[in-house]
Parts: sequence; structure tokens; C-alpha cells
Amino acid sequence: MKKLRFLLEKEFKQIFRDKSIVAMIFVLPIMQLGILPIAMDFEVKQVNIVIIDNDHSPLSSKLINKIGASGYFKLLAYEPSFRQGLEYLKSSEADIVLEIPNSFEKNLIKENAAKVNLTVDAINGTKSSMGSSYLTSVIADFNNNIQIFQNKNIVQPVIINIENSTWFNPYANYSWFIVPGILAFLLTIFAGSISATNIVREKEMGTIEQINVSPIKKWQFLLGKLIPFWVMGMIILTIGLLVGIIFYKIRPIGSIPMMYALSGIYLIALLGFGLFIATISNNQLQAMFISFFFIMIFALMSGLFTSIESMPEWARIISHSLPITYFIKALRMIILKGSSFADIQYIFVILIGYAIGLNGLAILNYRKTT
Amino acid sequence: MNSLVLNNITKTFDKGSVLAVDNVSFSVKEGELFGLIGPDGAGKTTIFRILSTLMLPDKGNASVLGYDVVKDYKKIRNLVGYMPGRFSLYQDLSVKENLQFFATLFGKSIEKNYDIIKDIYEQIKPFSNRRAGKLSGGMKQKLALSCALIHKPKILFLDEPTTGVDVVSRFEFWEILKKLKSQGITILVSTAYMDEAMKCERIALIQKGKMLGLDTPQKIIESYPMKLYGAKADDIYSLLKDLRNYDQVESCYPFGEWLHVTIKNPNADGLEVLKTFPNSSTHQNLEVKIIEPGIEDNFIRLMNTSDNSRDNN
Repeated sequence: MKKLRFLLEKEFKQIFRDKSIVAMIFVLPIMQLGILPIAMDFEVKQVNIVIIDNDHSPLSSKLINKIGASGYFKLLAYEPSFRQGLEYLKSSEADIVLEIPNSFEKNLIKENAAKVNLTVDAINGTKSSMGSSYLTSVIADFNNNIQIFQNKNIVQPVIINIENSTWFNPYANYSWFIVPGILAFLLTIFAGSISATNIVREKEMGTIEQINVSPIKKWQFLLGKLIPFWVMGMIILTIGLLVGIIFYKIRPIGSIPMMYALSGIYLIALLGFGLFIATISNNQLQAMFISFFFIMIFALMSGLFTSIESMPEWARIISHSLPITYFIKALRMIILKGSSFADIQYIFVILIGYAIGLNGLAILNYRKTT
Repeated sequence: MNSLVLNNITKTFDKGSVLAVDNVSFSVKEGELFGLIGPDGAGKTTIFRILSTLMLPDKGNASVLGYDVVKDYKKIRNLVGYMPGRFSLYQDLSVKENLQFFATLFGKSIEKNYDIIKDIYEQIKPFSNRRAGKLSGGMKQKLALSCALIHKPKILFLDEPTTGVDVVSRFEFWEILKKLKSQGITILVSTAYMDEAMKCERIALIQKGKMLGLDTPQKIIESYPMKLYGAKADDIYSLLKDLRNYDQVESCYPFGEWLHVTIKNPNADGLEVLKTFPNSSTHQNLEVKIIEPGIEDNFIRLMNTSDNSRDNN
């Protein structure tokens, strides 16, 4: 026990002497969580639009006013011809070109139907689809008002009125969705790469040989490595939660001790993963590349940004074989939904399985190579 | 009593394609200062790694202080001090912290075992709060030795301890080894420097994983089978070429400012042969003399004969 205590003491000394690691512990969660979710927002706020009004009627200018007043669009220019309008699209200045045809008002009043031409730049898929659907809904709304404006007898064909109510995230705020996810991801990057590179560094320096020729036991050495990183992971989690509360007003609804217990288990699993990488690499560069390879898969397949349910079948299988998928899910459930232990019991079981499996694999492989 | 016994140790790398140690056997007596002498890549480090239980031999067996390196590796680890060739202490820990760390690894304390490292550690004590990475080469070496000694090992393995260390520090280092030996510690040391071989009690010459010879340095020198001559002239390179082409000359190689030459006919007067070889008149200031062979001459000779016998097979 005295040996283990001394190993820990040495490891903490080394960590706190490395200024870049200390900076990472504090700067990583504050920077990544404080700034990135604000920038990462799928809500499209400013769609640049160019309008070609061939009708020049009171109704067409009413439509244009309505579009301008919706707040989502920035009127870039009025152009006399479609061809000139298209130039804006080609140079990527505009996202949408709306052309109102010649007899827009006449057709609308006479035949109760009129067509407009919507041309959308689809390179940025999200922006174009969101933009055109906003515009369509603005026009649909305009349509309804037209009928009222004409004082016709309205026969409502649809009587089902849909009212949305968003639960657990009442303002449908994207940052509420993404902040717990990024926090989970930060812990993953930290735990997955630091244990790998740190142990490989001992290999590179040759100090691991000095330890191997000493009577110290393997479990003592490994615990001496894992405990300090586990503690640092918990510090990052705490700072991350504080950033969520201070910056985004995301106050975890669920049980905080349960969240820490879950994160603790997840950290053990990921540290074991890093340890495994350390046993198969010979230098820090290799270890870095291997852990980045997996971290990239973790980021894209874990449901961090996208919904797992909309993935193709094979991708869903991969997604469900990654520990981070379960961790992100559980973290969101606890923080946003206030889920109870019964709700996430199965996630506890799965993560404990990963923790045992990954660490077991690492220890087996560590024995083999030395 | 033997502290160290190796029997037919063989080790290969890359699935047998690289032969690092080839059927090596030797033993080291208790309290002996034993040297492994050989150029880089001779297999010295591999032998150290096998003896310090970091690596398993493919064939053969070895014992350290009576314990088998494979079966009783745990016992060996408590009794052996290993200092690898590369400086491998924690660069970001201070001198004192490194020493403390290695003492604790073995469950010992600096205070209790201070007497054994006193002479060495006193020299680096003024820097005990300095980070190990910021020490000079010689001081790093002394720290590494202190760390290898702090648990009072019965036997010390030093893998090229003086490589990359200045002449004065090298001299000091060998003085320290003599002192440690007088305290009864068995020392196995490797080096590529032939002058250091003379300071060992017995040496083993190693080349390409094979052992070429084993004896006291004096006996190895005396075993040189023929007379050795030195020759030099103003144009030493053309003299080397001429002598190598001369059929009376058995071998000729440069050694400092002299060429070391042996003659095929053992009964001939070598000085006369060298003075009167066919092209001798073309060389300015030709000088010849009889030379006492050194370890290096023996090494080169053994190396050539082992290469020839290998070629003949």
C-alpha cells in the first residue's frame, strides 16, 4: 500500500509539473463547453434571399414585406430578371432566389391559385432545406391571410389542429441537447488519449524498464497510473457541469451522485481502452493516431450530433457497440430528464461490462508484451 | 561460488531472422568485476535484458545468484540493480525525488541504505532539487547509478555506463566501480571502449552474438599468437595498400598513427621483411618497430578468424 501511495504521489507531481496538462484540465471544459455549443447551432437564423418581382402588384409587395418581417431572411437584392438573380446563387452570396411571376395577383384572385419559383442553393443541406421550408411556411401563411383579406367564405378543410409542446427542453434549445453530449465527449477524449500517451511515454523514455525490473506488481503500477487520471476526469466533469449551469442554465434535474457514479464507471472503461492502446503502440505518435481513429468514430457514430435512429442498420449496430453512445444517452437522460436509476439501470450494467472487458483486455495484453 | 551462470543462451528477434545472441555461456564469480566487450550490435544489451528478467531466452538457461531467470524472476528483481544504457530516469522529477522513487519501489528507504551510495551521491547532492533532465551527462550517470544501487543489490548490471560521458567522468566512474567491488558487489559491465576492458578482472569478447574469447585481460593479451609489428610512412594510405598486397604479410590494419602488421612466416625477421618489401623504396620516412599487442589487436584477430571459419563453413 505504501508503494501504491508513493506511485500516486509521483504521478500527481509529474502531472502538476506539466503545465500543458494542467491547462488542459481547466481550459478544455471551459473553452469547449463555453464556446462551441453557441457556435454549433442547427437553427438557421439568417437566410440570404434575392427576390425577382415580375408582377409589381400590391399583393406581391405584401408577400415581400411578409418575408422580410419574418426575421429569418435577409433581403439581399431585388433584381429585374431571374438570370441576374441566379448570379447571386452562383457566387454563393444568396441561399434562395424567389421569383414572383408576371400575373401573380391576377391569377391568385381569378383562379385562387398562383405559382412562385423557388431556387435553392443546396450545398449547405441544412441551411437550404430549413430556409426553403421557412419560406414555404411564410407563403402558406400568406395564403391563409389572402383568403381572409378577400373576405371569402372560408371552408376549413382541416379541423385537426396540432399544438406542439416540447418536454424536457421547453424552448427546444439546441445547446441543451448538445452540452451534455459534448461533456461526455470531452471525458472520452481526455480518458482515451491521456492514459495511452502517458504510459507509452514511460515506454519511450525507458523508465518502464526500470519499473519492470523492480519487485513492484503490475496492478500496483497500473493503479498508480489510472487513479490520477480518474481523479482528473472527475474534475473535468465537475468543471463541465458548472460551465453548463453558469453559461447555459442547464441545472441537472436528476440525481447528481448517480451521475458521478455513472461517469466514474465510464472513465474506468475509457482509461482501460487507453491502456489497451498503450500496450499495442511503441511510441506516442502511434498511440495518438490510434486513439484519434477511435475518437473520430466515437464522435460521429455515438449520436452526439445526429440521431442514432435515423442511421442505416449497419451504422446503428456500430453505434450500439460503443460505450460512449450509452454514456451520452444516460448523461442526457439524467441532466435533462431527471431519469431515475431504474430508467438507466441497463446502462450501468453495460458500462460496468465495458469497464471490466476493456481493462481485462489491456492487462492481458500488457502481460504478453513484457 | 558463481553469482551468475549462463548456459548456451540463444535469443533471436523478428521470428528467428535476426540472431542477437548465439549460444553464449559464461559464469561470473561472486564479487567479480566482469566485462562484456564488443562493438555496437554485438548482443550485449540483449544479454543484460535476459539476465535482468526483462526478456526470455529462446534456448538455454541462466541463473542469477542461484535463481533461474525464468522461474524465479521475482526473487532476482529484489537482488539486482540494473542500469540501462540509455538515461532512463524521470526527467521531470528532481534528483532527490528520483532516488526516493526507486528506493520506495524496492520497499527501502534512502536513510537506511545511504552508506552504499554515499560516495557517489555526495557529488550530486548540491543539485538534489534540480530536475534530472537538467543534469549534465556525467551527473545523470551518477544519479542513475545511485538509483540502481539504492536498494543494496547483490549484483549490478551496467549496460554501457560510460557511453557518451567525458573522459574525466569515465575515469571517475571506474574508480567508483572499484570501490563498489571492494564492498562485495558483483558487477557485470559492458563497454565498447577497449581501454576500459583493462580495468575489468575478466572479460568476454563478443561479436555478432558470438563469444570470441574469455579470460583476464592480461591473459587475452598474452594469448596473441604471433609477433606484432608497427609500420608507418608519410603516405600511410598507400603503405597500407602496398602491405596488404604483399604476399608475406598476413594482416595489416590502421591503428592510430601506426599500421599494425603480422607476417605469415613466424621464423622470419619481421622488421627486415617490412623494411625491404618490393615497393619500400617509394615510401618516404618508412619506420618499423615491434609492438606489444593490446586487447583491441586480439579482438580484431579473433573477429577475423571467426569470420573466416564462418565463411569456410
